[in-house]
Amino acid sequence: MPAADTTPLPDRVPAVDPLEQKSLLDEVTVRRSGRRILRRRFVTIGAGLGSLAMVHLWRLAGVADRDLCAIGPLDAPSDTYEYLATNSQIPRHERLRSDSGSTIDAIWGWPGYALRESVAEVDPRQAARVLTEPLMAEFFTPTAGQVYRSVDRETARLGWDRVHLSGWVRRIRRADAGGYWILVDGTDGESLAVAAEHVHVAIGYPGVALLPDLQAFRARHPEAGFRIANAYEPHGHLYDELRRRRATVLVRGSGIVASRVLQRLLDDVEQVGLDVEVVHLFRNYVDAPQGASRRFRRRGGGGFAYQAFNYPKACWGGQLRDRLEATDGAERADLIDRMGGTNTAPRRSWRRQLRRHGRTGTYRQMCGVVASVEAVDDGIRTTIRRADGRLESLDTAYVLDATGLQADPTTHPLYADLIARCGARRNPKGRLAVEPSFEVCGTRSGTGRMYASGAMTLGGAYAGVDSFLGLQYAALRAADDMAEAGALPRIGPLRSARGWWGWARNRSYDSDGSMR
Amino acid sequence: MTPTLLGRLQTRWVMVWTVGLVWLLLVGPFLPFAGPVAGVYRTGLATLVVVAVVGTAWEFVYHALQQLRWDKDWPTLLGLVLGVTEGVVAHRIVSAGIPWSTPPVDAVPFAWQFGSVWIAIWLVTNGPIRILFPRWRFAGGRFW
Repeated sequence: MPAADTTPLPDRVPAVDPLEQKSLLDEVTVRRSGRRILRRRFVTIGAGLGSLAMVHLWRLAGVADRDLCAIGPLDAPSDTYEYLATNSQIPRHERLRSDSGSTIDAIWGWPGYALRESVAEVDPRQAARVLTEPLMAEFFTPTAGQVYRSVDRETARLGWDRVHLSGWVRRIRRADAGGYWILVDGTDGESLAVAAEHVHVAIGYPGVALLPDLQAFRARHPEAGFRIANAYEPHGHLYDELRRRRATVLVRGSGIVASRVLQRLLDDVEQVGLDVEVVHLFRNYVDAPQGASRRFRRRGGGGFAYQAFNYPKACWGGQLRDRLEATDGAERADLIDRMGGTNTAPRRSWRRQLRRHGRTGTYRQMCGVVASVEAVDDGIRTTIRRADGRLESLDTAYVLDATGLQADPTTHPLYADLIARCGARRNPKGRLAVEPSFEVCGTRSGTGRMYASGAMTLGGAYAGVDSFLGLQYAALRAADDMAEAGALPRIGPLRSARGWWGWARNRSYDSDGSMR
Repeated sequence: MTPTLLGRLQTRWVMVWTVGLVWLLLVGPFLPFAGPVAGVYRTGLATLVVVAVVGTAWEFVYHALQQLRWDKDWPTLLGLVLGVTEGVVAHRIVSAGIPWSTPPVDAVPFAWQFGSVWIAIWLVTNGPIRILFPRWRFAGGRFW
């Protein structure tokens, strides 16, 4: 039996906070609670890349420090992203799966990452790639490091340190006078209540999701838990261990993370002489292009569904965005699945590497559904049910789960509470229902509005939510909606151009919201 | 770019009558083989009319071709090289005195004029336009 949790709770927050028991809070009650009160008109929760995109636009609209707050426990907005990317084997020098124009540090997307890289390195090749992609070259994608550097620069320019409140948001409650109360536990132990008019929630995925059968295995066999890793968890020990002895590794999943993990394993075979056999298990094996219509057909083969980005490009701002916006309910969820689902980038280097190692036997594919996962001497036995019903057992030293992140909002206390107590609903994809303006359905409070962006809003009118450009699009739609409500000036051509000029010159914002 | 049909049409008309017109008026007379200013403007304006009007038909063709692409995007390179076919057709039309009669239009001066306008529009469309219109790229090239 696990030992009781004896971690002390922060001093001033009782285990059950009476404020949390109410759905509607008034100022007197909040004052009595002893929490320090802060008043900010515009508050973004998460303080990651989604919040960065929102603050970028609020600054563009002229919002001053006294009206602005970004709450989250991260030191830098790219921290969580970098943590997950690094774990999934994309260190700073490797390239992401993102378009040149998806510049998370600037809504305009110009100059894009390709042009910037070409100028910085005095090397026209990347800019030339954007010119010829995707007809004569693969899509340009920026290195992770370039993106983080651009985030650092923009963070400093926005005056992030002055508006960032380091802490965890426990609850959001409607205020009886309109707007919201946000209950925060500061990382320094202080308890606060932030009174906000407009709230933007961008806290990302609830967490890392291990496949249920692997989760159960870990619970049954804690001593063998190290043999299982989710690709988004730190799992460097696995590559280190493989250098010491010959072993077989099972990789589960066929999305972009699987591709990257396979590359890491096979690169190690080529570069440091890893003696490993990689077995790759597909649940759905894609052996041909997908789609009956010539006008709606995705590349596919060798197990993988291929597209350059996680959705077709026009989902971010073209006819597919319009088409999706015109649908709703189950039809919308179905269209999202057909355009998205599990897929990976058709990088020539990856496909060649898999073919090469397929011939030598280092890489082997299997297709089926996992029936059971058992511990055996020195490893894990995975029993797989093939399409014809036949069972096949496979003994491997390690299992790498590359199937993704936790997508169920109710597994995160804040999302779960928004649904339980704040009127938020789930959409047909099971995530947070949002309007096309990214306002969270059912949460309006007087003149106050709550918005959300990022992965948890998938299933709404916009498919590319879980991407740099999607975060920016959501922030722009939210800013426009706030402008329509009279809370902000609209970002028109002149304001936009002035903002771009300041961004290009790296002019930072003063505390009154003007640019230096 | 990921244009919609309406976005294509709006972008073409707006670009022709802003970037194209300004380019013609300010730079047109100084291009190689330009000839007298009056003639340059007369030919140049006729060309812009053709690029806008006949180009509207072109956009329907491009939009149809775009439907064969999974990403429903329009690669940057296509936006540039299609200037060759459009230029050849526009030259024929303008030479035939449509929409109005012009001084004789030789291929080389026309290529300079048409080509430079095309590249100017292409360059602006592939980036700087978003400085003024940050929503344009999300709206598939629509301005309103």
